[in-house]
Amino acid sequence: MSGFLSMGGYAGYVWPAYALTLVVLGALCVATVSSLRRKQKMLDLLQSSVRSARRRRDGNQTPGAGETA
Amino acid sequence: MHRFANPTRFLRLADAILPWSIAATVLALGSGLVWALAFSPADYQQGDTVRIMYLHVPAAWMGLFAYTAMAVASAVALIWKHPLADLAAKASAPVGACFTFLCLVTGSLWGKPMWGTWWVWDARLTSMLILLFLYLGYMALQGAFDDPQRGQKAAAVLALVGFVNVPIIKFSVDWWNTLHQPASVVKMGGPAIDPAMLVPLLVMTVGFKAYYVTLLLLRIKAEVADAKIRSLRLTEIHG
Amino acid sequence: MSRAATRKKRRLYMVVAGLLLLGTATALVLTAFQDNLVFFYSPTDVQAKKVGEDRRFRLGGLVKDGSVVKTGSEVRFTVTDMNADLPVSYSGILPDLFREGQGVVAEGKLDRSGVFIAKEVLAKHDENYMPPEVAEALKKSGQWTGAQTDAASHKAPQN
Repeated sequence: MSGFLSMGGYAGYVWPAYALTLVVLGALCVATVSSLRRKQKMLDLLQSSVRSARRRRDGNQTPGAGETA
Repeated sequence: MHRFANPTRFLRLADAILPWSIAATVLALGSGLVWALAFSPADYQQGDTVRIMYLHVPAAWMGLFAYTAMAVASAVALIWKHPLADLAAKASAPVGACFTFLCLVTGSLWGKPMWGTWWVWDARLTSMLILLFLYLGYMALQGAFDDPQRGQKAAAVLALVGFVNVPIIKFSVDWWNTLHQPASVVKMGGPAIDPAMLVPLLVMTVGFKAYYVTLLLLRIKAEVADAKIRSLRLTEIHG
Repeated sequence: MSRAATRKKRRLYMVVAGLLLLGTATALVLTAFQDNLVFFYSPTDVQAKKVGEDRRFRLGGLVKDGSVVKTGSEVRFTVTDMNADLPVSYSGILPDLFREGQGVVAEGKLDRSGVFIAKEVLAKHDENYMPPEVAEALKKSGQWTGAQTDAASHKAPQN
């Protein structure tokens, strides 16, 4: 086990390389997912507000351009 | 409406692929990491530092792959004005930039103990650094214009112009004297790498590629949502 | 519709022409800079007086087998490209990969007697990766084609 951890004396190079890779790829993944969630939430909000605004304006008919999006 | 005709179909396709690409990422990266760290042999010359290869090489390949994808998407966007192509190019850039950055840093961590230096200005290392700058320039250019479409167009031109760097990176080790050694895997006469190391390297490469596909799809989805938000805001104002 | 099609075609031609132009320009520039892009010179280059006197430059090649002599903090060894040899003197810490038969890149100057006084020594490794047992087996069976030939042959002087 200690041999594995010491990486033949190169622990100071091997482990940081792996740690950094995991941190960078993990961070990019988290940033991507959270921005996607945020945008989808905002889109849902906008779509429902556009829909209700239309309904108010037009009376309950004509699905608008926002619907197809 | 042409702008949003395709995204609907894309979103369906993306949602069908995503579970598989996520599963492939987790499986390949998980097993690849354990294999690379614990079960692959040490090198006869480089000892355990060779384990850095399992990160460095896939990161380099994917840095080049993501740039190629970005350049192709940019060409499609410029020529055929395909609405998804711009979004795909835009989504590819940050992922490729991360791969390139990781390639440079892991290479540095490998170079210090083996070569005796963190960095040298040889043709391979320098051209790889230029690739990172191209990515950064591309992302900066997108936001540099008031009109996002003009920014996207300028960035697409940069992506195409910068593509000449890709073959230069690949062949730099053959064309010039470099400190970096020539290709081990993709070369004439088969790989110069033992199967006990080649297999985990390929598993890691599959993992990196699946990660790229996953992130690309998620990022394009986010871009599509963003585009819809912008057009809804416009209809809110004008409609 | 034909109008839109021709416009698309024109854009395609423009992009292709632009890329061709750019590729040619890059190729020309790279050829022109060929000499400046050389990271190191081989002993053959040095013998052919490609390197100016008193100039600091990098020397690359293989550490000749049996040539490494350590005296105190100074290391002397010979760098070869299988064609010409050059003696090198260096005092400092050698990289872990430095060994006989392996590639090396040294930065420094030639002194009056033709010895290369290195200020920095970097190890260059070849493209072969294998476990130690495999390397042993290859050496035993006489199929060893590793460091010795590969690293030297692919960097034969080009011009």
